[in-house]
Amino acid sequence: MGIVSPGFHGRRQAGQKLPPGQYLVTDFPVLSAGPTPRVDTGSWELRITSETGQVHSWNWAEFRALPSEDITVDIHCVTKWSKLHTGWQGVSLDTLLAGVETSAGFALARSYGGYTTNLPLPDLRDGQAWIAYEFDGSPLAAEHGGPARLLVPHLYFWKSAKWVSGIDLRAKDEPGFWESLGYHNYGDPWREQRYWGD
Amino acid sequence: MAGTAVLGRLTWQVGTVTALREETSTARTIVVGLPQWPGHLAGQHVDVRLTAEDGYSAQRSYSIASAPANGNLELTVQRLPDGEVSSYLAGALEVGYPLELRGPIGGWFVWEPDTQVPVMLVAGGSGVVPLMAMIRTREAAGNKAPFRLVYSVRSPDTELYKDELAERQRRGDGLDVTYVYTRTTPPGWPVPPGRINAGVLESAGWPPDRRPAVFVCGPTPFVEAVANLLVNAGHDSRLIKTERFGPTGGKS
Repeated sequence: MGIVSPGFHGRRQAGQKLPPGQYLVTDFPVLSAGPTPRVDTGSWELRITSETGQVHSWNWAEFRALPSEDITVDIHCVTKWSKLHTGWQGVSLDTLLAGVETSAGFALARSYGGYTTNLPLPDLRDGQAWIAYEFDGSPLAAEHGGPARLLVPHLYFWKSAKWVSGIDLRAKDEPGFWESLGYHNYGDPWREQRYWGD
Repeated sequence: MAGTAVLGRLTWQVGTVTALREETSTARTIVVGLPQWPGHLAGQHVDVRLTAEDGYSAQRSYSIASAPANGNLELTVQRLPDGEVSSYLAGALEVGYPLELRGPIGGWFVWEPDTQVPVMLVAGGSGVVPLMAMIRTREAAGNKAPFRLVYSVRSPDTELYKDELAERQRRGDGLDVTYVYTRTTPPGWPVPPGRINAGVLESAGWPPDRRPAVFVCGPTPFVEAVANLLVNAGHDSRLIKTERFGPTGGKS
């Protein structure tokens, strides 16, 4: 426990189990490092590239023809807000990876606009990750990553790359954008892995 | 100070509030003395942690307002309606109180004083805080890169750092400040209140062919609007760094 702040009482949120250091919001804040890219679904493409260079790709129509799921999850941003029971529609990474032959241990997600984020490949499997294209029953807004973003809710939300364009499967881990700029390589909110060394 | 992105573990440290300055009726600058402050880059932030007597704690991030200095830093905190942490920092907190924080954090939305390219700063409301750190760092480092600040505020009584910005501009050492008033203008202001627009950014900023480094900070709808205007005006989106705060301002 930290030192006591004289006169601070705080606003406890009864009954809510949040990761350490997080607080609850009901709106949906936006965090992005630059302007919001405008990505047209007419030219949109998702590419999964294996460690041997084999490419699997889907255009928007092919992607939307894949089996999709209703997803209700809690999300946790490293800037301290958490939002509970958010509703998404998306395609499971299990579906996308089903036909991909790989023994890679790591993944690097890439976005339109140049953003990247890294995570262990097992964190994308077993019903833990999706490419989401709807939020709360509506097409995903551009500032929230539309037309489609990665959704990996068990990690801090910067891992859920907005405007996702592809996933490289890699034998070796490589830090992504925020991971190179002081943020934790893995980012488990329940262990409060915000920054390097946490 | 160089290379202070984030090195090693960011441990919590306990500083002491050495001074408080009321900036407006709802914003306050807190000067914190810290035994071990490694310095920071302009634009970085800290995490502040408040702890109640029963152990309940709350954390928030605040931009650093001051230029890097040994042993202290300044935060300017806008009191938010119903803000759990900001209402304490801009309220009950007094000189002499302990304040727990860790940082500096963030290696992206930073201006490094060894660069000479023109700089364009666009602030909405309290988004001016990290941009003020850049302005102060520029002077502290003797950097002569030309700076232009476009500062959008609701009304004259919500301007942060009003006298300091006026004084810096009067000195004429390469900082230009242009205000945009969205609700109420000062008496005799030449234009009616209104939102920031392409014309203001063009006349008060830099043309895209100068390839300025651009920093935009403010509430999300403000940053979205400004970044889009700048991209549409021909600015290279890779040169535009943004920091957004607050809600989206609607369902999205």
